[in-house]
Amino acid sequence: MMDAATRPARLPDRLPNRAGLGLKPEHYGHVLEHRPDIGFFEVHAENYMGAGGPPHRYLESVAKLYPLSLHGVGLSIGAARPLDRVHLSRLRTLVERYKPQSFSEHLAWSTHDTGFLNDLLPLPYTDETLARVIDHVDEAQQAIGQRLLLENPSTYVLFEDSTIDEIDFLEEIAARTGCGLLLDVNNVMVSSVNHRLDPHTYMDRFPVGRIGEIHLAGYDETVDGAGERLLIDAHGSPVKADVMALYEHALARTGPVPTLIEWDNDVPDFATLQAEAVRAEARIAREAGRRNRQTRAA
Amino acid sequence: MGLAASQEDFAQALLHAERPMPAGITTARGQADAARFAVYRNNVHVGLTKALAQRFPVTEQLVGAAFFTAMARLYAQDNKPASPRIIDYGDDFPAFIAAFEPAAELAYLADVASLEAAWTRAYHAADAGLLDLSVLAAVAPDALPNLRLAAHPSAALIRSPHPVGSIWGAHQSATVPPMEAWDAETVLVVRPDMHVNVHIIPAQDGIFAQALFGGAPLGEAAEAAFAHEPAFDFGAALVGLHALGAFAGIHQGDVP
Amino acid sequence: MNRSTLALALAGSLATAVASTAFAAPLAPEKMAGNEKCYGVSLKGQNDCAAGAGTTCAGTSTMDYQGNAWKAVPKGTCVTMKGGMHMGSLTPIKG
Repeated sequence: MMDAATRPARLPDRLPNRAGLGLKPEHYGHVLEHRPDIGFFEVHAENYMGAGGPPHRYLESVAKLYPLSLHGVGLSIGAARPLDRVHLSRLRTLVERYKPQSFSEHLAWSTHDTGFLNDLLPLPYTDETLARVIDHVDEAQQAIGQRLLLENPSTYVLFEDSTIDEIDFLEEIAARTGCGLLLDVNNVMVSSVNHRLDPHTYMDRFPVGRIGEIHLAGYDETVDGAGERLLIDAHGSPVKADVMALYEHALARTGPVPTLIEWDNDVPDFATLQAEAVRAEARIAREAGRRNRQTRAA
Repeated sequence: MGLAASQEDFAQALLHAERPMPAGITTARGQADAARFAVYRNNVHVGLTKALAQRFPVTEQLVGAAFFTAMARLYAQDNKPASPRIIDYGDDFPAFIAAFEPAAELAYLADVASLEAAWTRAYHAADAGLLDLSVLAAVAPDALPNLRLAAHPSAALIRSPHPVGSIWGAHQSATVPPMEAWDAETVLVVRPDMHVNVHIIPAQDGIFAQALFGGAPLGEAAEAAFAHEPAFDFGAALVGLHALGAFAGIHQGDVP
Repeated sequence: MNRSTLALALAGSLATAVASTAFAAPLAPEKMAGNEKCYGVSLKGQNDCAAGAGTTCAGTSTMDYQGNAWKAVPKGTCVTMKGGMHMGSLTPIKG
């Protein structure tokens, strides 16, 4: 563990294998004043697309102190329509300005003739959508000049047309574009429960060599029209015990990976977020220790 | 169905609650489920109404959460964010409120919303330096009337027949104090550096500033203000507005 | 007022105002706060963390029930004047 006094002046060129937090405007002051021992901070790219003002000033200061992950929520990589060139250039501007250690986006779509739909919408997994997404990931990586991590979605419906399994779909995109993957463990739990899949089986098949970052979050729970358990990816509560257990299961395969706590709704005080980061980081350290002992024993 | 057609179908079902679910969706049990599709509909509507509530907190307080949510949902129904940059979302919500019949009795509501929209625009506006008053003071008298000033990128005026600044100010504390008076107010919203500031300025100075912000030269802007109020004090208005950070500089080419 | 009279009047008015202010150069932001009292009425604003709408990559379980009939009436803070007079009617919309 480092404190502010011993933190290296030069930041690493990739995210450290530690726990990170989403940087929220209500915590700008606290972070800069107290410089808490957090592995990295992540921001949503779209919140920093204004021309100027406090968000950019704060982010500039934070990015000098901590590794930064830039997480896009609006590129609509899974859309049938072409990517928005203006939005791509906004992303490029941000990447050039802040030189984030990681840039990630979602396997989802959100654009329409009437405007931006402001949700991560699902797509069927077919040869057609695979080709489309591969083209879009290629174009995005070209445009921003950096490798992209693509995040597995949480979904509430399935498509009759789907012919490709989600993991095969993600793996093929990564193989064909060179992109990395962002493993959202909460999304795995949400989708698995919602579609009667075993989350541990999903995790065991996930291509671990491609993973550049892990996301953890809290889900909400309800039931669908038939009374079946339906999980909602809500990002408004602590990470649930079953997701934490699934995370441990994942770490055993991946080894230590940069891990973000996502808490976007009903954002609590910083201490509560930091406690979540400590919980995740204890598991990263335990896995690192286990691997060290194995190496020494061998 | 191809991807473009299937996404159009999905989007239409999302946007119109009375429409059936899109074709082609299903569940693990092999049957589409309306409650599941409703999660997406709900995410879109709640996400957008929450975005508006975050940008217009005083407007929400003035009408209450239930009324605000219903009003915001009607707005969101026909007005989606123009781009994924949703910090801009709601720029024309004040105009929607002005024409919104159920809120008509709260005549000041749209102007309060305009102030709130200007506040966030100022927060995210481009950074810029401030006009150097000594440069202005050194301009020869006969060049002064033709001089145009560049508004600070964050500066905006709200000229209202209602005490829009006082109403907004009263809602910045936990308990809303009673109003001292009920007069028309002109409000300048500006962020000279890191903090967005809200000021009530004299009405004639507001006419003056509005003309300048619109690109009129000093002489023309001053005459507009004199026409409204013969006692308009040109120097005090200009120096006062400058001190609040309303101007970024002198228009290029206007100083020999 | 003809143009040269206007020019002289404006220049004189500006000179007077500049002379009466201690600040001939742009103010440092920290000095701005004190000077604001001299001109206009400054309102104490909301805190600077209020960035407006922010994005989310999450869903919500908060249900927004989409009724068709417009039933809501404004029920917010009563803007009152000293002496108790209500400004802006808050009577329910009939119908």
